[in-house]
Amino acid sequence: MDLAYDATYTAFRDEVRDFLRTHRDRVPKRTGHRPTDEQIAWQTLLIEHGYAARTIPKQYGGHGAAPDILKSRIIAEVFAEEGAPGSLANQGISMLVPTLLELGTEEQKTTLIPPTLRGELVWCQGYSEPGAGSDLASLKTRGEDDGENFVINGQKIWTSTAHAADMIFCLVRTEPDAPKHEGISYLIFSMKTPGIEVRPLLTMTGAAEFNEVFFTDVKVPKTQIVGARGQGWFVANATLKHERGMLGDPNAAHARLQAIIEILKTETLDGQRLMDHPLYLDRLMQLQARVIAMQANGLRLLTAAQRKEAPGMAGLIVKLQGCELNHQLAALAIDALGELGVLYHGSPHQRAGGVWQHRYMFDLGLIIGGGTAQIQKNIIAERGLGMPREPKLAPKSAKA
Amino acid sequence: MDFALSPDQIAMQDSLDRTLERVAPLDRVRQIAAQDLPTAPEVRAALAELGAPAVLVPEAHGGLGLGVLDAALLSETLGRHTACAPFVGPCLAALALDLCGSEGQKAVWLPLIASGEASFGVAISEPASGARMAAGVRAENGRLSGQALFVIDFAQAAAFIVADVAGGLHLVAADAPGLTRTALTTIDRTRSVGELVFGDVAAEPLPDRDSRAAIARMRDVGRVLLAADTLGAAQRMLERAVAYAAERQQFGRVIGSFQAVKHLCAEMAAELEPARALVWYAAYAQDALPAEATLTAAHAKAHLGEVGRFVARTATEVFGGIGITDLLGLHYTFKRIGLDRQLLGAPERARRDAAVAQGFIDA
Repeated sequence: MDLAYDATYTAFRDEVRDFLRTHRDRVPKRTGHRPTDEQIAWQTLLIEHGYAARTIPKQYGGHGAAPDILKSRIIAEVFAEEGAPGSLANQGISMLVPTLLELGTEEQKTTLIPPTLRGELVWCQGYSEPGAGSDLASLKTRGEDDGENFVINGQKIWTSTAHAADMIFCLVRTEPDAPKHEGISYLIFSMKTPGIEVRPLLTMTGAAEFNEVFFTDVKVPKTQIVGARGQGWFVANATLKHERGMLGDPNAAHARLQAIIEILKTETLDGQRLMDHPLYLDRLMQLQARVIAMQANGLRLLTAAQRKEAPGMAGLIVKLQGCELNHQLAALAIDALGELGVLYHGSPHQRAGGVWQHRYMFDLGLIIGGGTAQIQKNIIAERGLGMPREPKLAPKSAKA
Repeated sequence: MDFALSPDQIAMQDSLDRTLERVAPLDRVRQIAAQDLPTAPEVRAALAELGAPAVLVPEAHGGLGLGVLDAALLSETLGRHTACAPFVGPCLAALALDLCGSEGQKAVWLPLIASGEASFGVAISEPASGARMAAGVRAENGRLSGQALFVIDFAQAAAFIVADVAGGLHLVAADAPGLTRTALTTIDRTRSVGELVFGDVAAEPLPDRDSRAAIARMRDVGRVLLAADTLGAAQRMLERAVAYAAERQQFGRVIGSFQAVKHLCAEMAAELEPARALVWYAAYAQDALPAEATLTAAHAKAHLGEVGRFVARTATEVFGGIGITDLLGLHYTFKRIGLDRQLLGAPERARRDAAVAQGFIDA
C-alpha cells in the first residue's frame, strides 16, 4: 500500500493545473440539458488536451491516449479543486459511446461518436416503460418489420433530456415470438422522426427532470440497429454497466459533506454555531466516516482497475451505498437548517437556492432508478455472496 | 499509488488464519471462555511463533519493525477467530516504550515483548475514553496512586504501561508492592480487562518528555486495532450466516432464496465492504499520513463500532433461534464486537475526538 504518486504523476498534476489557470477565461457557465456553444467549445478544447474523451481513439473524435487510470483520476481531482467543469457527462457520452465502441459498426462509430463527444449531438435513453421497470426485459414497445423499416409503437418513461435530444437509443421488441430476453433490438434514431411525442413528466421536485415518450407508427430503417436483431438485451447490458458506474460517486458525497460543514460553521441557532450543537455534530461525524469509507473503497476499485482485476464486492455495493449516503447528507443539511431547511420555490431566506430539498427529493429517485435499492441487494447477495436466486413461479397455465 | 495488500501481508494473514483454525477452533474457544480468566498458553505460543507480538517492535530490538497496517491485519484475523491471546496490550506497550522509553527500558523490555515472553497490559482508558467513577492515576516523585479502569490485556501481563492524569507514562511491574489487581469480567470471555488500584506504588517513568503525544498515538493505534478486530469478527459472522442460509430449509426452500433473508445478508456485506477499506486507510494513515492519523483512527473505531453492532445482530437473526444459543457459538463473535465497541472510546466519544481533530470544536 502506497498512496503517494510518483514524479510522472506529480508533473502531470501540475500540467493539468497550469492548463486550467491558463484557460480560465474560457470556462463556460453550467446550463440545462443542451450544451451551449460556449460549452461545446470548452469540451472541444478539453478533448484536444486529453482532459475529455481521453482514451477514445482519434479517428472517432477522441484524444487517443493510452488508458491510464491514475491520470484520469488526477484530471478529475484537479478540475474539482479548481472548480472548473470537466468533460460533459450525458447519457450519450457515458452510455452510448462505450456501447458503440464495443458493438457498433465502423460507420456508426465514425459518424455518431465525434459529434456526441463534442456535445453537438444530444441523446436520450429509451429503456424503461410504464410496465417494465425492474423487470426491464418484459418491455412491450414493438417494432414490426415492414420489409425496409421497423414500425415502432409503444411508450417509454423516465426519458431524461428527451425534450432536448437529437437522437434516442431505444430498446424495442422486434421478435415477438422469441423468449423475452432474446426478442429485443437496440435501435438508434432521430427524435425528429414523425410519430414521436414527448411529454414532460413533472416530479416531486417541482421540475420535469424526465419525460414520457410516445411512439405511433414511427418508421426506423432496419439498418439503424446496434448489434444483431434480437440481441438488444445484451447490447443494453453493456451500457447499464456504464450507467451504474456513474451513480454513487464518492467524490460527489465528499463535495456535499464540505458544503454541510460550511453550513454548520456559519449558520446559528440561538446565537450559537450549529457546530456547537452536539447532536448535529455527531450526525456530521457519522456521515463523514461513511464518506471516507466510500472514498477508500474507491481507492480499492482504482487499484483493482489498474491491475485489471475484477472489482468484486467493493464494486457491487457502490450504487446502493453511495446513493443512500448522498441522501442522508441532504437529510442532515435540511435537519440542521430547521425551519430554514423547508424554504423552497424561491422563498425569502431560502438557503443555497433550495438545493438541499431538491437533492433530498431528486436523490430518492436515484435510489430507485438505475436498478432499485432492492434489485441492488439481490445483485449483491446473488453475485457477491453466491446466494440462491428466487425460485421462478410456476407458469399461470399450469392449473393446480 | 496502490491501495491493496501486498503479497507478504496476505501471506502473513493467511498463515495466522490457518494457525488459529488449528489451535483454537470453536470447541477450544468454548473451553477458554469457561475459565475464570481467559488464558490459552498454546494460542499465545502459536502467536509468538508467528511473530505476532513482534509486529510493532523495531528490528533493532528483536522485532519485525512492521507497520500499523500489518498489526491491523493480524488483529482482524484474531477477531475472526475470537482468539484468546494478548495482542493490543503488547502492541501499544511496544509503541510506548519505543516512543518514550529510556535506552535501558527498550533494551530490557522490547525483546521480551517481541518474543512473546513478556506480555503487557495498558492502562490508558481514562485519557482515551474519559474517566468513569472518577478513576485516574496521579504521579508524585515516581510513585503512583489512584485507580485505572478497563486495563487492556490484563490477565497475563508481566507489567503495565500506565498513563497518569498529567499526561505522563509509567512502567509498573505486575507484582509491584502496593498494586492491587482486580479482573473485570466482561461479556467477552476471550479477552481480559481489569482494574489497577495504586497505593503509593513505585513506578519507572518513561522519561521522554513528549509522553502526551505518545498516549495519543497509543489511543489512535489501539482504536485501529480494535476496529480491525471487529472487522474480522463481523466478516466471520456474515460468512456463517450466508452458509447457513444456503442449507437451512423452511417452507420447502432454502431460506437464502427468500429476499427477506437475502437482503439482510446483502445489507451486511454492503456495510462491511467500505468499512474494510476504512480500516485499511486508517491503519495506513498511522504509518504514512500523520496529519490524518487521529481523525481516521477515531472514524474507523466509531464506524466499525456501528457496523459491527449491525452485523452482529443481523447475522444472529439470519440464524433464527439457534443463533442465540451456545450450541452454535455465534455469540462469541457477537460479544467480541460488543467489547471492541466500548474500549478506548465508544462511538460517540470517538466521533467527538474526530471533530476536535479537525478543529470543528475545542477539546
